[in-house]
Amino acid sequence: MIYSLIGHYSLILGLITGLILFYLSFKNLKNLSVFDIKILVFTFLQFLFVVISFLCLIISFVISDFSNETVFNNSHTTKPLLYKISGTWGNHEGSLLLWLLVLTLFILLFLIRTKNQSIKYKILTLVFQQIIIFGFFIFLIKTSNPFNYLFPTPVEGLGLNPILQDPALAIHPPILYLGYVGSSIIFSSVLAATSLKMISSSWAIHIKKWVLTSWIFLTLGILLGSIWAYYELGWGGFWFWDPVENVSLMPWLALTTLLHSILVLEKKAILTSWVIILCIATFTLSMCGTFLVRSGILNSVHTFANDPERGLFILIFLFILIFLSLFIFFFFHKEEGKNSHIFFWFSKESSILVNNWFMMYFLSVVLIGTVYPIFLDVISSEKISVGPPFYHKLIIPFLIPFLLVMAIGPKLKWIKSELENKIYLIFLLFISILLSFIIIKNFNQSILINTILVSSAIYLFFITIRDFFFQKYKNISQNIAHFGFSLLILSILFNNLFSSEIIVNLKVGETFENSETKIIFESVNQKKEKNYNSIIANFHIKDSNGKEDRLSPELRIYNQPIIATSEADIKTTIMSDKFIVINLVKNQDFFNVRYQVKSFMLWIWVSVILISFGGLISLVQKRS
Amino acid sequence: MKKKFLSFFIVLVFSFIFVIFFRGLQDSNKYTPNIESKNNIPSFNTKNFYSDLSTNSSNIFESDKIYLLNIWSSWCVPCRQEHPLLVNLKKEGKINIIGMNYKDNKKNAEEFLEKLGNPYNEIFVDLDGTIAIELGAYGVPESFLIYNNKIIKKYIGPLNKKLINEMKKTIK
Repeated sequence: MIYSLIGHYSLILGLITGLILFYLSFKNLKNLSVFDIKILVFTFLQFLFVVISFLCLIISFVISDFSNETVFNNSHTTKPLLYKISGTWGNHEGSLLLWLLVLTLFILLFLIRTKNQSIKYKILTLVFQQIIIFGFFIFLIKTSNPFNYLFPTPVEGLGLNPILQDPALAIHPPILYLGYVGSSIIFSSVLAATSLKMISSSWAIHIKKWVLTSWIFLTLGILLGSIWAYYELGWGGFWFWDPVENVSLMPWLALTTLLHSILVLEKKAILTSWVIILCIATFTLSMCGTFLVRSGILNSVHTFANDPERGLFILIFLFILIFLSLFIFFFFHKEEGKNSHIFFWFSKESSILVNNWFMMYFLSVVLIGTVYPIFLDVISSEKISVGPPFYHKLIIPFLIPFLLVMAIGPKLKWIKSELENKIYLIFLLFISILLSFIIIKNFNQSILINTILVSSAIYLFFITIRDFFFQKYKNISQNIAHFGFSLLILSILFNNLFSSEIIVNLKVGETFENSETKIIFESVNQKKEKNYNSIIANFHIKDSNGKEDRLSPELRIYNQPIIATSEADIKTTIMSDKFIVINLVKNQDFFNVRYQVKSFMLWIWVSVILISFGGLISLVQKRS
Repeated sequence: MKKKFLSFFIVLVFSFIFVIFFRGLQDSNKYTPNIESKNNIPSFNTKNFYSDLSTNSSNIFESDKIYLLNIWSSWCVPCRQEHPLLVNLKKEGKINIIGMNYKDNKKNAEEFLEKLGNPYNEIFVDLDGTIAIELGAYGVPESFLIYNNKIIKKYIGPLNKKLINEMKKTIK
């Protein structure tokens, strides 16, 4: 009760601080000789208020204060402490408060960390960021206040959706938000820099750190969500092209593109317009994602509340930001001189540009696949759903040239390059094709496309491995990230090619057998936990190599709210995962058993970690 | 001039997107799956088990007859258990039994039929399991009672005497 009050008022104080910051900024803009230290103080205060408010919400969750509506709707006394805390951001109101927290954190860090830039630029960045922060304060207080008071106080809460009660998912939102919302600082900064006409190499060096930071967090955030989907949703896949996954992939693609084109800007001072557009697009796509999943215009696990007022607010706010940035772009930005447009076709920058366009193509595929159903529904009232085949057909063929350019590109020099002493490039290409042909041939799949695809991935794999030894650590971060990417594509391909699946209905005591696998359904136990009851099925699995495993998938019936979930049991080894999940068949004593052997699962996770590790190295690397 | 036109055009595009999203917000779209009480059999293409001839589902089921569509596989233990019941049912001859061989090896399936008898009027093949998904089956064995091209009843898991008697009553 008292915490809700503190939280609520510190939100209002944060909003007022924002208004003061506007005033201070405009005052400082008139007199640019010194940076007004009060601005820094108030930015810190604003951050502090949001932190206090956030802590209050966490405490309300921990002590199960059900006079708070958000706590009542999303918590329960029998929940373990970890999930009480993670419940704070496992709902619409709390997660928006987290948005705000990250927004204020990043502007504070930006002001502290930015040293060699003009005062005007710093203040303008602050102003743009404050516009975003202001919008979110209003949004939070007006339509989704996390501190609404309930009277009379209920004795028990409604509980957190059980599929969200999971350790990976407990940290998934904060990490993802650091990436998503972190891109806001890139947005504010690019608007400031554009209106001051200072998009240049030095600006590129300065903003690159921020791009890298949000890119790393976004990558890890997506990874966590994917891992969670893999073991919790019980479909045995890791990516479903669900709208929510797509809206996180889109900013990631934009951010990755930005990361590469900002290198060109840094080295050659070209592509300015392109970089500006990408900076704007990244944050706009993040906001757009928030709109799509929160307004209820799309349906998914992440749709917490279907309140049209909220959707309308984000929509209007989103478009204000879009039109604001369009205005700044067209009004202030002047194209660079004509001569700098000349690209020699065989150079590092042109290879980066080529892959930029591929990346934009992937982005548009995902964008169209995600929003097209909405457009169609509005225009013709026809409901369709776009599934994996659409994405696979449109994306996979284009991965081939993409991977090849990714392998060759880093070998080229800036401005103009020639291939000298590159016999090994051709040699490795032959080896890759040969190797992939041998692999694919044994598995009797559609040979041509798979061979080409696998060989281009193996090619990148070999070349990046070779570079670890021969390049003398010239660009270790890029090398690690590209190596990770080749590993990722390879693991995904092999995962698709070599995985096998058995779906069967079994009773306790029954055995299923085919030429490769024997599944013995040995017994069923029951377990009673604080917040759920569960049925544990014990399986004994023998494969043709004589390897034996015991796997025990669970069916959980949560008490608050009453929802049944399937917990897969997964045995991870280096080369493959054994994945088993059971479902109850209604009114029968059969269990629907789904057993999968998923090849290279571990490597998918490892490679994504490697990719972000590459980013991390680039971030901490000292420039020589 | 060119730039002015471009900026105008882009603003127009975004305004259009805004309108679409705005309209999209108005109609609530809580997803409701279409559950029809009388399920039509989905249309699918399959191959005959023995002759390998391709055929469409519309050629399999005549509209005025009653069919029992049984999804089975040689590797499926419960299928073995229900098989004698199907053989008996066939002897009575009141119902056309159609087999759908699910994700199976042809040789094993043939051995299975030789050993336990063949209760099926016709057998078709579902090699990759997609037809079973189309039909809404969870796994093997599963049986569907079909009349007038509609699924009247669905039996998950192996049939037993009780279910067979129930089925006979339904047919009458």
